[in-house]
This record gives sequence, structure tokens and C-alpha cells, in this order.
Amino acid sequence: MRADPANFELIAPGSLQSVVTLLASEPGRWLPIAGGTDVMVRFAAGMLPPQKLVSVWNLPELRRLEVMPEEVRIGAGCTYTDLREHPVVDEEFPLLANAARATGGIANQNRGTLGGNIVNASPAADSLPALLVYEADLILVSVRGERRLPYSEFHLAYKTTRLAPDELIRAICLRRVFLEYVPYWRKVGARNAQAISKVSMAGLARLSGGILEDARIALGSVAPIPLRLTETEQAIRGRGLGPETTQLARRAVVAEIRPIDDIRSTARYRAAIAANLVSEFLGKLSAKKA
Amino acid sequence: MSQARAGGCKSEISFTVNGVFSTVRAYPMERLLDVLRGELELTGVKEGCGEGECGSCSVLMDGALVNSCLIPALQASGANITTIEGLGEPTRLHGLQKAFLECGGAQCGICTPGMILAAFHLLRKNPDPTLEDIREGLAGNLCRCTGYAQIFEAVAVAARRGDVS
Repeated sequence: MRADPANFELIAPGSLQSVVTLLASEPGRWLPIAGGTDVMVRFAAGMLPPQKLVSVWNLPELRRLEVMPEEVRIGAGCTYTDLREHPVVDEEFPLLANAARATGGIANQNRGTLGGNIVNASPAADSLPALLVYEADLILVSVRGERRLPYSEFHLAYKTTRLAPDELIRAICLRRVFLEYVPYWRKVGARNAQAISKVSMAGLARLSGGILEDARIALGSVAPIPLRLTETEQAIRGRGLGPETTQLARRAVVAEIRPIDDIRSTARYRAAIAANLVSEFLGKLSAKKA
Repeated sequence: MSQARAGGCKSEISFTVNGVFSTVRAYPMERLLDVLRGELELTGVKEGCGEGECGSCSVLMDGALVNSCLIPALQASGANITTIEGLGEPTRLHGLQKAFLECGGAQCGICTPGMILAAFHLLRKNPDPTLEDIREGLAGNLCRCTGYAQIFEAVAVAARRGDVS
């Protein structure tokens, strides 16, 4: 049953400082809402308990995308449209640009934010595997100040994160060191647009003379959190491309993921697809080498 | 400012809709969709899924295509909103509306306002779209009648004619 808006408070203080002050005044009592593409869905379904919400949509401090010499700092309030239309993101972080293009339809891309995707912490989120392989850092902000945290440490368990009740994500930082890497991104779902993923994958590799100098693989929808496959990466790092390495990688992937049966797919199908995506990634690298 | 329970009260929220400055009394968490339909009687904004999947409730907010079912009224404060009623009138149809009529792009009509606004948003960013561009631009809008071919054709026809500003 739909929620009654009379049971909800919503304010829009208009600046980052006033939002974090509010969060600190009653930690855990205020739920930030950005573009609403997750929060409003829960609200409409009657799954959001009556509470107080604070709008962070379009806060100027969060909507900036700063290109610095060493890194790109993406404000947490930047939308998927902001990401896919930014030339530096498109050129240097194609996995993120592709994920932005494949998340929902245009209307959702105009409202959904990267920070919101991270905090919502869905294991099926399309942009999160990309952030894992790029080894993004997060800047978190509260009245206590700012702290910088590797994104890989952010998710603790299903929908549980290291974000303190008085904190917001301020920015996502990506180091500009990936121009030599070959990217691979693919989402498998019932339909290309709008459908939530059954499995998604972000891969990144640097080759030297046919040898995998560095290979990074992260998958969505195969574990309670977006998962970087460090064991699989280790198994294939330093090896040459070829059928043997591909078989090794396939076995390692299936051993490392923890997929479940749910309304969108089955654990068995997800494991098969995850192995196929890794094969496709390595095959694409072989074609590149040739 | 600690309160035992959360609860909103109605407040005055102002925005511009189809060029007209409007002030409504609404709960801040009321969906823009309900405000447009209920308070302003702009019933061209349709409710389909109510969860941002179908695009029937699409409107333009400050030029961006959005699902009005996912917008809390307060976040529309000060915005410039365009609904299908602001695009053309029965006696003076917009180029996209004409093309949809000619190509059979509308059948039951529930998705049509959203489709046309999504197409309008696409053509403003990309006046000469390929079929792929059209499919992507309209991917967030679902139609259960036409099979989409006539809709894509209508957008292509309108784009070729160029009278879509």
C-alpha cells in the first residue's frame, strides 16, 4: 500500500553545511534523499517507515565534477547523465560511462546519482563494479570533518556500509592512471534498458607482450555486496592469454562468487554467466593482442 | 528540534508549469505526479507503474526528462515544468504530436504523453537521431500496444521535418 505523504517530513536546507549540521543534530533520524530513484520507489511501495527526510538534490557542493592533474573528483550528487556526458569520464573511465548509460532509462539517468547508488548499496547496482576495479576512494563529510576511505572497504555486508549516521558521501575520487588499460563492461538482464541486472561485470587489464600484467574483475549481483574477484585476479596475473588461462579463470570465478536464487535469476545461471563474461573479457583481450 | 514522530504539514510550493507560475498547497513528500494531476488538473500526466519503470508520468523539469512519480513536490520548488499540455494544443499540434497521429504511434494513449516528451527531450539534444538513438532515448517508456515500430517511425518523421522546437 502506498505511503501517506502526511506522515513524512521533508526539508531542503540548500547547502552542504546545513545538511551535515542537521544530520549531526539527530544522528540516524534524517534520511538523505537525492534524485529519489530509490527512496521514492520504497516510499511508493509503502516500504519506507514514516520519517524525516532531507533533500540533498542539486546541492552545488555535491554536483561538481572536478578534473585535477592526478585524479577526477566526482561530486556524489552528479547524475548518470552528468557522468556519461563528461568527456574526461568518457575517455579515461569508460567503465563508469558505460555503466551510467546502462542504468535505467534517460529519465532515471537524469535523476539517479552516483553517491546515491553507493549509499543504496544494492549488490545489483550497475556503477559499483566499475568503482571497484578503478580502486576509487570516497570522501565522506560530516560536521566532524572529512575522511577519505578506499571504496573497496565501504560495503560491510548486505546493505550495510561504513557510512556513519551523521555522514554523507561528498565525492568519489578516481586516479587518472588507466589510459593503458583495456576496459570490458557488460550487463546481463532481461532487457538492455531499465531491467535490473542478473549479473554485471567490469573488467580492466594491462597487457605486456601477451602477458596479463594486471587484471581486475568486479561483478554485480553475485554476492551480498558488489564483489571484486581478488582471488581470480591473482590466479591469472602474470599468465599468458589462451585457453588454459581462460579455463583457470572460469573455475576461479565460480569458486569465488556467492550467487543466490531470487526473483531475477538463479544461482546456477548467475555462475554460468559470470564464467562466460570472464571468458568473453579474456577473449577480447586476446583479440586485442593479435 | 527533536520530535517524537515524523510528520509533514502542507506548505506552499511554487513552480512554473507550461509557462504559468503556480502555487499549490501540498505535503513536501507528495509526488509531483499527484500535484500535477490533482491540484493543477494536468491529467495528460499519466500514472503507470508508480516506480519509475514505465515513463508514463514523464515531464520535463528544468529541461530534463524525469519521472514525476519519483519527484517529491518540494524538490520541484522553483522549477520550470513542461507537461504534454504545454507542448501543443488540439488546434495547434506540436510536430511530434502530428507525426504520432500520422504514423499510428498512439493506440490506447496511456504511454503517449510520456513518449512524446521523451522524444522531445531526445530531439532537443540530438536533432538528427539514428534509430539506435531513438530506441535509447525512449527506452525508459513502455508501450503495451504498438510494438514500438510506429512510435520510432513517428519520431524519425518528426525529426526529418524538423518542426519540433
